[in-house]
Amino acid sequence: MYEAVVALPLLGAIIAGVIALLGARNRLPGEDPPPPDDDHAAPLVPGAYPHGAPDAGTAHGAFADSHGEEPAAAPPAAGSQMAELITTTLLVIACVLSWYAFYDVGFLGHEARVSLFPYIVSGDLHADWALRVDPLTAVMLVVVTTVSSLVHLYSIGYMADDPYRPRFFSYLSFFTFAMLMLVTADNLLQLFFGWEGVGLASYLLIGFWFYKPEANAAAIKAFIVNRVGDFGFSLGIFSVFVLTGAIDFDTVFAQAPGLVGKSFHFLSWDFDALTVICLLLFMGAMGKSAQFLLHTWLPDAMEGPTPVSALIHAATMVTAGVFMVARLSPLFELAPDAKAFVVFIGATTAMFAATIGLVQNDIKRIIAYSTCSQLGYMFVAMGAGAYSVGMFHLFTHAFFKALLFLGSGSVILAMHHEQDIRHMGGLWRKIPFTYAVMLIGTLALTGFPFTAGYFSKDAIIESAAVAKGAMSSYGFIMTVAAAALTSFYSWRLIFKTFHGEPHDPHHYEAAHESPMVMLVPLAILAVGSLAAGWPALGLFTGESAIGFFRESLKYAPGNTVLEDMEHIPLYVALAPTVMMIAGFLVAYQFYIRRPDLPAALARDHSVLYRFLLNKWYFDEIYDFLFVRPALWLGRLLWKGGDGFVIDGFGPDGVSSRVLDVTRSVIRLQTGYLYHYAFAMLIGVAALITWFMFSGVHG
Amino acid sequence: MIITAIFFYLFAGICVASAVMVIASRNPVHSVLFLILAFVNAAGLFVLMGAEFLAMILIVVYVGAVAVLFLFVVMMLDVDFAELGRGVLNYLPIGGLVGAILLAELLVVVGGWAIGPNVMGAITAPIPPAGDVNNTQAIGLVLYTRYVYFFEAAGIILLVAMIGAIVLTLRHKPNVRRQNIAQQVARGPATAVELVKVKSGQGLS
Amino acid sequence: MTIGIGHYLAVGAILFTLGIVGIFLNRKNVIIILMSIELILLSVNINLVAFSTFLGDIVGQVYALIVLTVAAAEAAIGLAILVAYFRNRGSISVEDINLMKG
Repeated sequence: MYEAVVALPLLGAIIAGVIALLGARNRLPGEDPPPPDDDHAAPLVPGAYPHGAPDAGTAHGAFADSHGEEPAAAPPAAGSQMAELITTTLLVIACVLSWYAFYDVGFLGHEARVSLFPYIVSGDLHADWALRVDPLTAVMLVVVTTVSSLVHLYSIGYMADDPYRPRFFSYLSFFTFAMLMLVTADNLLQLFFGWEGVGLASYLLIGFWFYKPEANAAAIKAFIVNRVGDFGFSLGIFSVFVLTGAIDFDTVFAQAPGLVGKSFHFLSWDFDALTVICLLLFMGAMGKSAQFLLHTWLPDAMEGPTPVSALIHAATMVTAGVFMVARLSPLFELAPDAKAFVVFIGATTAMFAATIGLVQNDIKRIIAYSTCSQLGYMFVAMGAGAYSVGMFHLFTHAFFKALLFLGSGSVILAMHHEQDIRHMGGLWRKIPFTYAVMLIGTLALTGFPFTAGYFSKDAIIESAAVAKGAMSSYGFIMTVAAAALTSFYSWRLIFKTFHGEPHDPHHYEAAHESPMVMLVPLAILAVGSLAAGWPALGLFTGESAIGFFRESLKYAPGNTVLEDMEHIPLYVALAPTVMMIAGFLVAYQFYIRRPDLPAALARDHSVLYRFLLNKWYFDEIYDFLFVRPALWLGRLLWKGGDGFVIDGFGPDGVSSRVLDVTRSVIRLQTGYLYHYAFAMLIGVAALITWFMFSGVHG
Repeated sequence: MIITAIFFYLFAGICVASAVMVIASRNPVHSVLFLILAFVNAAGLFVLMGAEFLAMILIVVYVGAVAVLFLFVVMMLDVDFAELGRGVLNYLPIGGLVGAILLAELLVVVGGWAIGPNVMGAITAPIPPAGDVNNTQAIGLVLYTRYVYFFEAAGIILLVAMIGAIVLTLRHKPNVRRQNIAQQVARGPATAVELVKVKSGQGLS
Repeated sequence: MTIGIGHYLAVGAILFTLGIVGIFLNRKNVIIILMSIELILLSVNINLVAFSTFLGDIVGQVYALIVLTVAAAEAAIGLAILVAYFRNRGSISVEDINLMKG
């Protein structure tokens, strides 16, 4: 059964891919839709994104035509309907199977190890393709397949006008397959395979509208920033292998306690082995989950279609980092310094992303920064030692964040590919269903009591409060403050999009509700956002969580976070709710009662405003520090190294020298006989001279 | 002996001087005449050495035939003397140097000449003493007996040279009338004579 | 003083050198080259006869006779070629003969 869960999306991807390729062959060669009439020349250098407000404003989406016509020569690809139906069906089957697996593994206790094929057998390194299904995996299976199948269904409606649907669905299914490989991995190598696979799928999907240069740049940026994290991750895997001699989880976890206190000698310094391993592995998580310092790719990833943002950059790929830390909890539990670092990074990200989200104007970017911030929350929980709480937030966050993204997609489609919230307004009358589900999602995100987000987010804050690690108080303060900011920007989005006066009358008049195929997933996710909280409380928090997750999440003997969470002071329990109400009130004041206040505030504190609007100038800093030197080095090696040295001394140089020599030699062949005779004479004279002085022997 | 020396230096000196003038002379006719002078003096040297037959042959063949041939060709070719004669001096230093080196080496070789001890015993055909036969006879005794093949070969070379020279230079001028003897002789009554029956009192008209 | 073989050989050497120098030192016409070749052959003849005399071997003179014959034949052919060349090119200046220029 588990093979089916993993293989069905792969099958769907292959079928859709074949359909896409066959369709591409039938089309005229070299036929691309004409590039949309974008007016801002986005550079292809990742990081050097044009800063300032207009970056979100002019992003009209793929078909930038204010009259809503598709570019002329783009008929839908052949077999689109078949591709989307097949992939969606297969994924729904996989989803049903994983819910059954969740019940089977989680409640009936039938864990499974399915070994498929041997992969690498080389000296001490043994790695197999094997599926490991324990409760942690079961939770992830449910999350991934549910959200993926709903996104597939939603995309049937959202991408209905796109001419390249088979390719899209193929990529979506491929992504799902890679993510499933990641969560069912039984060894670090297979996890890395899934890790890279989702990175690849992310690249393909962000750059899906490849004729837009911004999309290509964003895709490359995502891939490269991920790569930086993967570099650390690879080093972590290597050090695990060096220290334990194996990379499959069972062996590594068994040997982990023996590594406590061991130190690792590198370049004449001694490091604590487990801390180093965990830090390196966490570096991968930082990249994949867009934590502070490696976060720059996530907002730009919004260049991809909205379903992609919902699936990859809200529910699944970015949570791979969180999952990885949870999976490696036996290691992290033995490295308290690494855990402190995780808390620090998570808390900083939570706060940092929330501040940027306050002033963004693109609807998708607000939600993207919100995702970044919520991932920080999850890492705070992980670092505090409350792994199941982090998983709880992952579980609920998948629902309401996907809901918010898909809902925003519905809004974008209604406003005909307009994404700037300053051009929206008053939409609650026109698209009431979307308004309702967005409202539910926002309530869940901000932690309104009894929504799913309330339980999970509050659990994180409580765990940060009671954790005994070095950074936990920092984590607590940051998460509470970020809760207020979260509430503010979420309600800002709702108010500016759905309330107030419409700022774009033309689009407003044309706005209409989305088709049913898009509304059904929204409804299901809304139900999940409300219902996934309270029933699951016992699975993820408290003593029963340890019973549910059994061996899949390890807790060190001194780690009593889950138990201590039950006994917290009242102010800790109420703090998030108070923050949420405060944020709501401020947003209400700013955007409903006194709409002139935000602009005045921005003018008065223009430096701070611009600092936040430009994402703390991280892109510019990275461009200066990394991108320019890298390009300079590349150009140096290309022009200087390759061109001058290798070509110059190699083929080009040799051929030029040959030509020079030839040109000199040609001058000997004058065609005059007496020159040749003279040459002969010189030769004879030389010979005679030589013989005279050396003597003829013999 | 002194007479020999005087004549030797006389002949040798004039020979070398005229050889220089062959090369250095501006007028090609002068060059040919100086060449003739060189040949004559070389013949004198041959006589001094006792090879009078060869000396006379030199005069007859070289001067009488080859040099005259040169003269014919020089006069036949319509050469413009004015444009010739330039450019010698460019190469004179380096050419002269190399030539001088070559000459010096040859003289060094020649000056230190020593005839090996067993060469005298390896003479193929000793010259009979001058009192018995003269030079012509001595050559003839050897040439038509032991070296008759070379003699015949030399004849064939001359034949081939003659044919070659004719082949290279013969041109049929288009407006020169020639006789084709064979055709003339082969003319028969069929083409030469026409039989006409003439009525008496009428003429041929 | 006694005129030994060395003197005759020296004369031959000088004539030989003059002939060689004449080949490439002239810019005037091709006939000078042919005449220089005759000079070279003459020097060879002198050499042969000198050795014949001083070794007492008549073969030298026979050989010189053959060389003479060949020289005459070669002069004839050379001049014939020259005439044919002149008819085609209209000039016998050495500087114009550079068709083999690479």
